[in-house]
Amino acid sequence: MTTDTTTSTPTPAPTEGSPGPGSDDLVLQVEHLVVEFRSGRQRVQAVTDISFEVRKGETLGLVGESGCGKTTTGRALVQVQKATSGTVRFNGQDLTKLSGKALRRTRTKMQMIFQDPISSLNPRRRIRDIVAEPLAIWGIGSRAERDAKVRSMLDSVGIDPDTAGDRRPQEFSGGQCQRISIARSLMANPSLLICDEPVSALDVSVQAQILNLLADLKGEFGLTMVFIAHDLAVVKNVSDRVAVMYLGKLVEVTGSDELYRSPAHPYTEALMASIPEPDPEHQSVHKALTGELPSALHPPSGCRFRTRCPYAQQRCTDEEPPLREILPGHQVACHFPLVKTPAGSVAASV
Amino acid sequence: MSNRQAVGVTEGRIEFPDVTDFADPLLVVNDLHTSFRTGRGTVHAVDGVSFSVNRGTTLGVVGESGSGKTVLARSIMGLLPVRDVIRSGTVEFTGHEMTTMAPAQLRQVWGAQMSMIFQDPMTALNPVVRIGNQITDSLRLHLDIDRKEANATAVELLRSVGIPSPEERIRWYPFQLSGGMRQRVMIAIALACAPRLVLADEPTTGLDVSVQAQILDLLQAMQRERHMAMILVTHDLGVVAKRADEIAVMYAGRIVERAPTRTLFAHTRMPYTRALMNSIPRLADPSGTRLQAIAGRPPDLIHPPQGCRFAPRCPYVQDKCRESDPPLRTAASSEHVFACWFPLVDGAPPPAAGPTPSLDPETQSS
Repeated sequence: MTTDTTTSTPTPAPTEGSPGPGSDDLVLQVEHLVVEFRSGRQRVQAVTDISFEVRKGETLGLVGESGCGKTTTGRALVQVQKATSGTVRFNGQDLTKLSGKALRRTRTKMQMIFQDPISSLNPRRRIRDIVAEPLAIWGIGSRAERDAKVRSMLDSVGIDPDTAGDRRPQEFSGGQCQRISIARSLMANPSLLICDEPVSALDVSVQAQILNLLADLKGEFGLTMVFIAHDLAVVKNVSDRVAVMYLGKLVEVTGSDELYRSPAHPYTEALMASIPEPDPEHQSVHKALTGELPSALHPPSGCRFRTRCPYAQQRCTDEEPPLREILPGHQVACHFPLVKTPAGSVAASV
Repeated sequence: MSNRQAVGVTEGRIEFPDVTDFADPLLVVNDLHTSFRTGRGTVHAVDGVSFSVNRGTTLGVVGESGSGKTVLARSIMGLLPVRDVIRSGTVEFTGHEMTTMAPAQLRQVWGAQMSMIFQDPMTALNPVVRIGNQITDSLRLHLDIDRKEANATAVELLRSVGIPSPEERIRWYPFQLSGGMRQRVMIAIALACAPRLVLADEPTTGLDVSVQAQILDLLQAMQRERHMAMILVTHDLGVVAKRADEIAVMYAGRIVERAPTRTLFAHTRMPYTRALMNSIPRLADPSGTRLQAIAGRPPDLIHPPQGCRFAPRCPYVQDKCRESDPPLRTAASSEHVFACWFPLVDGAPPPAAGPTPSLDPETQSS
């Protein structure tokens, strides 16, 4: 497989076809998204030129370590974080061009769930009011109609509306608070749900409850989801496709089962090796990850993963690998993508 | 340095036998109860727990939030609030009874003989003290060495837990480090005086899976190198599956199953243990596989349910389970104990789930 067919800039895969109202199957199209922060006099790129798309009814998993830019990406999707450059199209509409009321109005159809369920609920408000807020803000329905919707939504997420409505967040456990957050996010009938580490603060037993709930609600409400997490086993369970992020860039994008069967990027392989399998006999065939994420202030030259990559060669230092398609629907940014062999994965020869 | 010790030690020094000539077990916990008096009533957080830990081995303590696993670890250490705590039972460590020790005696044990790694390194570390000083504190207290020597040891410790350029980093403050690095510093502090027992309470819960693997590997390597015993407390059976010699599963303040790790996974008897295993998403399962969540929540420990405490959530519950409390009894091997009237057989549902139990519940061990 030769790699020199593309230039060193990442391939703008989603720009093929006509973006905009024509391709109505795409709920979300992200093109060349860049998000920069100022750090003193320097600029840090938290997200460096990423492009992806999410189809209607699909769940895209976004996975990577802390500091890789996955949360910033999620926030940029809903424009809570302004993009430095690039576009985010939601149902064909470029959100980066919108502002004020038009942006807020569009954004009701895209909702976010956050990592810490307890701090994302106002401790001084009653559950009933917290969940009704999205409707109250836009003056949708009468008070009685809102109440009825709050009751049915709480019921959908497994919270008893009779006993819970008048209570406050501190009276609930983390898992219950996350259910309440989910109920709130669904009140305005969103078409896109962005979940930012919704289960990382929860016990495994509660995690399973919330993941099952999200799967049920996705079917019930016809949702499209972006699911952000650091645990590849969790991401794989809920996602149709997975995008692996490393230091502000996408390194691999493919279907979740394909990703598990034949991870092509050494970083994906390393993430898989770090999953704690509940099986004392399990032997990982993958190479574990060593070292820490380099500083985004001074990203390594060439491939950003090369400093921790067991297969790194000179070319990885000299030349940045673009995100390219190695198989239909399987994109990877690596000069020497892994090839699956019976003995495990090995780096492809040049 | 020595006058610092003289202030603390008013009850006389405790002589700890040399680790090499001390016979197992290192730690024996017997019928430990810890309750807290609250405005709503008495919370029975740890309710009759017994186990022992041998030198150089790892016991995994697994359970959901609120199962009492953190209170258990703190009860062993003696790190409990002074007021509104009711404690009974014994904790014998190298032959010394911990529960009756005076605070000054406990201070001789903490750090030097037994130390703890906490879940949240940001709150466990002092934010306004350089990390080097936080390490040398215990070194100078217990080992009676001067500042220069202590600093050199701190640098070595930081290097051994995998912190790059430790000479520079000892002057850093906790906020300058990432979560994984802070946890490494916590480990360095806990291991500074070469304790015989380390209690690690959810040491990797706030961390990424990749960093979690590194931290657990590090703990294991340090443990082997120093022949240290460890109690690893976690909510994730995956974390202890390949790292613990023995696993104790806790539910509602009690141990409901305890066995050597391989036995526990291969011959699970208690339905709760199986449910915890099944709730973990497996990488090998196809995407979209429905997880087997455990319905409901752990019981209120002020008014625990009558009978088996897991009964309200158990898929195999029968009338007997709601009426009487199953005692811990032994399985095929004496090292394997469990508390269930209708246990699983080789991990499968109990056969002939009817009014007559297939196993005689009178064959109890304890």
